[in-house]
Amino acid sequence: MVGRAPGVPLLVCAFRGSPASPRNAAAHVGAVWSEAPCPVLVVDRHGALVQLNRAARSLLPRACGGVRLADIAPSWLSDAHRHMAAGEPGVSPGPLTGSIDERHFEAYPSPSAEGGVVWWLVDGTDRHRAEEALHSAQERSSVLAEASSRLLATLNVPRCMEVTAAMAAEHLAEAAVLVAPPHGRRHTLTYAHRGGPVSQVTRKIDPRGVAGLSEALQGYPPVPARWINPDDIPDWLIPEGFTEPVGSVIIAPLPGHGVPAGALVLLRSSTRKCFSDGEEAFARLFAARAGAALSAARLYTEQAAITATLMRELLPPVLERVHGVEYAAGYRPAKDHERVGGDFYDFHPGADPTQETLVVLGDVAGKGLDAAVLTGKIRNTLHALLPLAADHQQVLSLLNGALLTSHHARFATLVLASVSRRGGWVQARLTSAGHMPPLIVRNSGEVEEAATRGTLVGALPEVSACTVETTLAPGETCLLYTDGITEARGGPLGDEFFGEDRLRRALAECVGMPAEAVVERVQMLAAQWLGGGRHDDMAVLAISAPKTGPLSVVGGEVRHAHNRRSR
Amino acid sequence: MNQLARVAPFRERLWEAVVAGDEYAAVAAVQDALADGIGEEAVLLEVVAPVQETIGTDWAANRISVAREHAATAINERVVAALALRPRPDGVQRAARGRVTVGCVDGEWHSFPARLVAEVLRLRGWQVDYLGAQTPTPHLIAHLHHTDPQAVLLSSSLPTRLPAAHMAITACQAVGVPVLAGGRAFGANGRYARALGADGWAPDARGVGDVLAGGLPRPTPAAVRQAADDLPHLADQEYTLVIHSKGPLVKQTLTDLEDRFPAARSYTDVQRERTAEDVAHLVDFLACALYVDDAEVFTAFLAWTADILEARGVPARSLSAGLDLLARQLHDFPRALNILNEGVHALDARPSTPTADHETTA
Repeated sequence: MVGRAPGVPLLVCAFRGSPASPRNAAAHVGAVWSEAPCPVLVVDRHGALVQLNRAARSLLPRACGGVRLADIAPSWLSDAHRHMAAGEPGVSPGPLTGSIDERHFEAYPSPSAEGGVVWWLVDGTDRHRAEEALHSAQERSSVLAEASSRLLATLNVPRCMEVTAAMAAEHLAEAAVLVAPPHGRRHTLTYAHRGGPVSQVTRKIDPRGVAGLSEALQGYPPVPARWINPDDIPDWLIPEGFTEPVGSVIIAPLPGHGVPAGALVLLRSSTRKCFSDGEEAFARLFAARAGAALSAARLYTEQAAITATLMRELLPPVLERVHGVEYAAGYRPAKDHERVGGDFYDFHPGADPTQETLVVLGDVAGKGLDAAVLTGKIRNTLHALLPLAADHQQVLSLLNGALLTSHHARFATLVLASVSRRGGWVQARLTSAGHMPPLIVRNSGEVEEAATRGTLVGALPEVSACTVETTLAPGETCLLYTDGITEARGGPLGDEFFGEDRLRRALAECVGMPAEAVVERVQMLAAQWLGGGRHDDMAVLAISAPKTGPLSVVGGEVRHAHNRRSR
Repeated sequence: MNQLARVAPFRERLWEAVVAGDEYAAVAAVQDALADGIGEEAVLLEVVAPVQETIGTDWAANRISVAREHAATAINERVVAALALRPRPDGVQRAARGRVTVGCVDGEWHSFPARLVAEVLRLRGWQVDYLGAQTPTPHLIAHLHHTDPQAVLLSSSLPTRLPAAHMAITACQAVGVPVLAGGRAFGANGRYARALGADGWAPDARGVGDVLAGGLPRPTPAAVRQAADDLPHLADQEYTLVIHSKGPLVKQTLTDLEDRFPAARSYTDVQRERTAEDVAHLVDFLACALYVDDAEVFTAFLAWTADILEARGVPARSLSAGLDLLARQLHDFPRALNILNEGVHALDARPSTPTADHETTA
């Protein structure tokens, strides 16, 4: 039956995107819609099919006039018709969509006579598939972007493994286990279960017990995802809280810098569908990013450990109260991201209170790591020369010889101080080798310069220096410093040197202060003077005669010497 | 007996010992407090901390010298060290609650509050890495990569360190570690901690313990940002320009001051430098107020400085002149002018002191 049903209006006018039909074309419309390439159904308000075109008939082979729409069409369409016929507003704002026989349609209704509806079905299968593909591509790329930014944020290996496992469990599978390369025969295992906490253990495992795992850890090509007999999966590979039987498994190697960074095991329970090819490819993409981040973190950690080991000998020592004399020091390298530089100090406590303690502070020409290496050499040499410390000039001559014969073309200035306590007083022998003479803060508020002069070491074949002896009364301090302090440039006007006068004025206010307070004060004033400006290495070292006697906190017990406040 | 009355005598003893520079008496006072049954946390926060606070206020009021302040702080530090080194008789499992890092912002020398926080957290079972005063941000970040703590506690007392604090906060968050800010610099109720995007703020050491116990979520990748993302007003460059021209601004202000007050020409070098420092501080705090876009940073500094000046017999009126001269140089900076104007109002609103109204300005 072909023709225009009575009461059926100009159907095309409801069809989005069609041109409005001219009025006089009405007589031909029936023929037009019956030949339309898209399926058209005319349904009365009771839900019975009145008419349908050829396209509709081939889509719904069981359909013929009089049958109920609900019996031949999917419920998304018949339900929509019921709502429409009842005059209820549509639920979704967009066009009505749904699938029929694996094809995807948009359905456009237009009212017909007596509450009937004409349904135009437009096949949007290809667009729908394209949109779905685009959506999943967008989702994957946003997962990869998130993985990259979260993994790049940290250079901490355990943290990197946690992030990798957690993201894998969140986006790729239901649970994930990251198996790190072995240390000996122990592996660090990071477990993540979707929605659960991430945990990490290090234990002895046998990766050969899992097909493909030991290959992945050795960097062989990945094995395809597959269904795995749950009995073949060792217990250690199942995260706590993952109670369902394991269905499918992917083992993705984490490619590293030449060596594998580990393997990522993705688990799905048997109730979920197996990993698709697309998911597997995506898992490998994710694993590549995680492997790169993990390798960078591992490399950084190794380098940091090497640096820390080599640096240990170069770092300034911690000073403390020894044999009734207070020592304190502070160091600030020229570059804030470094820890060492060309300034140095060292500290060799006497074997017992009757022995002198040797303190040295100095400055090697240049800054940065190269200079720091030479400070290490000087400190080692001086350590070896310790038995000769009774004669500073001899020590300096021998040090000079050692520096001249080394391959370093640098020279150094330094101050030697041999310190001991005599009764309540502190005696110090001070020798400057081309360095700023120490400043002594007297209880009177006077700041004296120690009258020691000498040549720098490491430049000339012979060196000479004169040693002075001085005595510190309780509360007095002797300050050793490098030119980084006095040559700090800044101040309120921004371009002045801190200078020796300001240092002396500051020290005059430090009468009676403990050594660490003097050091802190000098460091703070110099830092404030600098503001945010650039600076050289800065070192300060204070030797003080304590006001309250040789009291010190050792191992949590306060030891209180008998000669407190005595002389 | 209430707690305050219980700790008061020990506080008094510690204060006297600290001011006298007597480490022995100071440690003894604290040990006696412990022996009296006052808990370690209470000794730290109700005996040692208030004494430290009094040291600061007494310096501000010119009751003790700067040297005394430093010496007293050093003694107090040793008292805390003595407490920290005590053997733990109770054998509690230490560091059971995880690892945190405590440090001061770059350029911040007031480390005592951070030290107290570190000790309180240790008592509460955290493994604490205490990095001390003025931690350069690169060191802090390297430390975070190394240790991966659950949180960083960043302390700052000086508001002028807020831009540095902001840099440290964003850097920590960029490596995925949440930041808990504390200290006077972050303002009452932590308003600047919020403005700078910190993950949390606590008013005191106990508050820090509570926030940590509640857990701080790790920052997401979305937390990675630039300073101007938190503070869009920085786009007007007023902060940057004022900081960059600090030297010339101070110089010009000093010249203008001498023109306005001829007496200033006969200042000694030291007096001239003090004045220069005062003007430089005005510029620093103005810049800081521009950074957080809040005049209160500036007005609070003015009120504090006025008190300090008057305690030393200097009329606070000289500050108003400084503000006026700065305003003349910053006529193209609407936000700066507004802040300076607020400063003038704040100084005007202070109760006038009868001292020295006729001095120095003559």
